[in-house]
Amino acid sequence: MAITKLHEVHKRRRSRNVGLGFALALFVVLLMGLTIAKVTVLDPARSTTSEVQQ
Amino acid sequence: MTDASITFEQDREAGFGDYFALLKPRVMSLVVFTAFVGLAVAPGGVHPFIGFFAILCIAIGGGASGALNMWYDADIDRVMKRTMKRPIPTGKVTEQEALSIGLTLSAFSVIMLGLATNWVAAGLLAFTIFFYVAVYTMWLKRLTPQNIVIGGAAGAFPSMIGWAAVTGGVSLESVLMFMLVFMWTPPHFWALALFMNADYDAAKVPMLTVTHGKRATRVHILVYTVLLAVAAFALLATPIAGWAYLITAIVMNGAFLAGAVRLYRRDEVQAEADNYKAERQFFKLSLVYTLAHFAALLVDRVLGAMGVGGPF
Repeated sequence: MAITKLHEVHKRRRSRNVGLGFALALFVVLLMGLTIAKVTVLDPARSTTSEVQQ
Repeated sequence: MTDASITFEQDREAGFGDYFALLKPRVMSLVVFTAFVGLAVAPGGVHPFIGFFAILCIAIGGGASGALNMWYDADIDRVMKRTMKRPIPTGKVTEQEALSIGLTLSAFSVIMLGLATNWVAAGLLAFTIFFYVAVYTMWLKRLTPQNIVIGGAAGAFPSMIGWAAVTGGVSLESVLMFMLVFMWTPPHFWALALFMNADYDAAKVPMLTVTHGKRATRVHILVYTVLLAVAAFALLATPIAGWAYLITAIVMNGAFLAGAVRLYRRDEVQAEADNYKAERQFFKLSLVYTLAHFAALLVDRVLGAMGVGGPF
């Protein structure tokens, strides 16, 4: 038999699951952003170009 | 298991917000701001996303030490009025959960900061967490009335970590930013203790007000406020402070010293008569004090970048 009535405890569990899902998704996005930023900063082609420009 | 016990367990089940509260979000805001200023005024600059990520790591590290503090101090938190609504005293989160979250986030924040910036910054963050949890929470807090003085170092590190994230090292500027928060912490917490004395007394935490009385605390507040002003003005000798900082330092230290003298001149009869009005005002002013100094450093940095004023 399906549970038809939402109890306070279900809301709390839902907030935990949504919060954890959001945190994990954010972590993935942050890692991706960090990788792009690192590659941009450490890109040898860019640094060579800027050195030549100077 | 009875119906009553099922209801009891369900009432104690935590939501996401209860776990987030373990990280002491209000304390985290000061950590984030001082770390941001340390990072922003450091010479050299950093990629904006790496800077953002570094501040996030510092904030998570600060939050992790907050969770470990709540794990260890759960017995005190249950007694004190100010802390009895925290997730562990209310039974929403268990002590074991707080310990696990604190340890996991500590390791996570230090490793990620090291990978994103450098290992000097990561080492400083690891030391900050260790200092706050082991030195302050586990050792000094219950042992000496000078707990606040030495423990304040933990709250002073974030600006230094922000600076190290950019420069990869420690220098006079970052040491003086550290000193600003370090010297500010005692008068800030002792002012709070003057009107929250009963709380600390009930928890048997040896705050200065409990062990040496309120007269001695008022003297200590005045002495540390003078030392704080010296630390604040010393930053003017470095290249990161300019006109905005000079004006802020004069106004804020003038007001803070006047407040400390006022507290020194008052006795308990006067304080109780107006429900610690001057002490509460001094405490509120202390909140503005640090924010104003760090905001002024930021303003000088922005003005310097725009070519109008800026650091001397």
